[in-house]
Amino acid sequence: MIKKVRVSRRKVLKAGMAAAVLMGAPSLARAQEQKQRGGHLRLGMAGGSSTDSFDPTTYADSVPIAQGYQIMNGLIEIDEHNRAQPELFESWDVADQAKQWIFRIRKGVTFHNGKSLDADDILYSLNLHRGDASKSGAKSLLKPITEITKLADDQIRITLAGSDSDFLYSLGDYHLLVVPNNFTDWQNPVGTGAYAFDHYEPGVRLLTKRNMNYWKEGRGNVDSVETLVINDTQARMNALISGQVDAISRADTKTIGLIKNVPDLAVVNSPGGWHAILAMQTDKMPFTDSNVRRALRYAMDRQQMLETLFNGYGSLGNDHPIPRSDPFYNSELPQIAYDPDKAKFFLGKAGLSSLAVGLSASEAAFDGGVNAAVLYQAAAKKAGVAIDIHREPADSFWSNVWLKAPFCLSYWAGRAAATQMLAVAYESQASYNETHWNNSRFDSLLNTARAETDETKKRTAIWEMQAMLHDDGGALIPVFADWVDACHKRVKGLTPHGIANFDNLRLAEKAWFSA
Amino acid sequence: MGGETRGNTRLVVRRLLFRLVLGLGTLIAASLLIFLCTELLPGDVAAAILGREATPETVAALHRSLDLDRPLAVRYLAWLGGVARGDLGQSLVNHRAIAESLWPRFTHTLLLAGATSLVAMPFALLAGYAGALWPGGWFDRLNSGIAVFSLSVPEFFTGYLLILIFAVKLHILPALAAVREDMTLGQKIPFLILPAATLTIVIFAHLFRMTRIALLDLLDAPYCEMAVLKGLPRGRIILSHVLPNAVAPLAYVVTLNLAHLVLGVIVVETIFGYPGLGQWMVDAVGKRDIPAIQAAGLVFAAVFVILNMVADCCVLLGNPRLGRS
Repeated sequence: MIKKVRVSRRKVLKAGMAAAVLMGAPSLARAQEQKQRGGHLRLGMAGGSSTDSFDPTTYADSVPIAQGYQIMNGLIEIDEHNRAQPELFESWDVADQAKQWIFRIRKGVTFHNGKSLDADDILYSLNLHRGDASKSGAKSLLKPITEITKLADDQIRITLAGSDSDFLYSLGDYHLLVVPNNFTDWQNPVGTGAYAFDHYEPGVRLLTKRNMNYWKEGRGNVDSVETLVINDTQARMNALISGQVDAISRADTKTIGLIKNVPDLAVVNSPGGWHAILAMQTDKMPFTDSNVRRALRYAMDRQQMLETLFNGYGSLGNDHPIPRSDPFYNSELPQIAYDPDKAKFFLGKAGLSSLAVGLSASEAAFDGGVNAAVLYQAAAKKAGVAIDIHREPADSFWSNVWLKAPFCLSYWAGRAAATQMLAVAYESQASYNETHWNNSRFDSLLNTARAETDETKKRTAIWEMQAMLHDDGGALIPVFADWVDACHKRVKGLTPHGIANFDNLRLAEKAWFSA
Repeated sequence: MGGETRGNTRLVVRRLLFRLVLGLGTLIAASLLIFLCTELLPGDVAAAILGREATPETVAALHRSLDLDRPLAVRYLAWLGGVARGDLGQSLVNHRAIAESLWPRFTHTLLLAGATSLVAMPFALLAGYAGALWPGGWFDRLNSGIAVFSLSVPEFFTGYLLILIFAVKLHILPALAAVREDMTLGQKIPFLILPAATLTIVIFAHLFRMTRIALLDLLDAPYCEMAVLKGLPRGRIILSHVLPNAVAPLAYVVTLNLAHLVLGVIVVETIFGYPGLGQWMVDAVGKRDIPAIQAAGLVFAAVFVILNMVADCCVLLGNPRLGRS
């Protein structure tokens, strides 16, 4: 049985328009008319280093990704509603229970060096992340691909080992940018992006100039973009307030009042998928008992953590990893609240009058990690749970503590698709299954969700998985953090995006200056 | 008399040459130490490059491609040979030539150090002279007050305070010291003012106090008492009797502070976003980019050795017991 779903660009655009109208967003046409061209955009960003490179296999932090997106294009773009949209892949057919994907490559796109885009460029760019010799961060993401075949100059077929109806989201990954076939000169990058490379000092600044032949309508509006690396939080805030940059990423929520006080500046926060985790290994004592896990859920004051550690910029976690910004978020689960009596009740059900557990904590897990552990310790004490905090050294936390300690702090930055997030950390055989969650019903639901192209059926499966983790799982997820950016009000187009700061780091190609 | 002068000159030249050879030897010893220390650095470059999601296979592949399996001595000699030819190697992380990316950062560091010294050194030395001239006077007490403030307040506080006043409130100077290679010196100056002012406040304390104490100490020497007795004014005594003898301690104080301006300004670079060598080295350490760490270490060692050599030479040439006829 072969099920074919054809998604054309027009259909997707129509759906997007409908969604925009439904959500009460300003009409797309009007917004595009008002886009001004010109100007010099200056971005102050955290997450850059003198060791950065344009080689997409090396991307691991915000600055190289944002710089890559200025010069190069991806295959699929994840939009601000978390939907997969065509980019250099213009349309696609899916067959064989989402194991076979045929993509048509956009025509009439040229690289900055004049070469026109074809299937060989795509093949080369994808294969940078595949094979034994590859050192790419996207290597495991593309592992399910068994074969990539060129069918024509504008058509390729990708074959997967297993069904994955969310494969488009894998292709939307920030590593998968397209360069010309056999391209290796990463010091002078060439792409099909909105801006062409001009001048670069790694870890300091990048200057790019507008690509006059850019193929996306309404994108690439400014004449030039200057990306400045400002890793110090306060320096970034000062640079925006004093007018040396037009927008900053990762604004400091502690001192955000300084920005709100200036009438010309705006704070843009995006509810996203980044979440903190306290991971219990469900096959280690005492976490084998579901009642103990439940007691520990109610012993945590999530509201207090949200306010103290994140200054309110975030939302409460409900012990499953799917954020509110995800279309498959289960909105009907009751919010777990701090309730010492309930915690004691579940301890009683486990046959215990009190409980003592050790918790491995470090600032390496996330900023404020040790404080999170201390807050939890204080709240849990009232529920009869004594938490002994093991402070672990930051430099060996991920290699020696994480995945090894029975109760341990951790985080996930979120994934574009719910199935990806559930697969990477909760599937029984996943290498990063930090809670040792092993549930055959869950695994089979995950397989269903991955193979299913019908949204309703898919939703049913994903909702049930969230409910299982919420009731019974080993992850305590107190908080989802917002991505917080700030900009001058003359900068338009900085839309909240659930995946990352700065409109999923594509701000440069989307922004324009108001008159 | 003439023969004695020639003998003295020969002695001075010989001592200078000896000092030069000693400096070179120190530098080679430092290079060996740097190389060995980076070998002992905990953590693994492959794991640092690949991050949290490194798998054993990708780590092993990276190890092979980074050539980390040759013996230590062979790699050291190859590295030293490269350095002698001006080739500092390639970054393990982004594969750029290290000399190329290090040089602009180093010139930025020298620029900031130079700008700071131009302001701080004359000011602090004069204040120290005035302090010795009128110890306990109002000017001396004012400078001592500034020095105590600057010693007790961390430099990031001073920096943020200056940014708050001059950039955020008054809008007259940039908060971000975003100098670029392609700017002219004139264009760079506005960006240098705040970081240089911060550093001036930092080094002023040390320089001023050391100068003042060195001069006051010498003023207690018997030959100065003699000068007082023969009726010379205090200012003259300091200028013609004390200063020549103070060259040695002052040269070392100045050297130490110059070295601090080149090697120890990472905090100021960070809060002003100044693209100097300190930030570059911290980035390299964060990513375990060993050739870059070694290159930065070597440059810092060279700066230190050269400054000390210059100080030694000044002492030799300025010593009134040598070379004066």
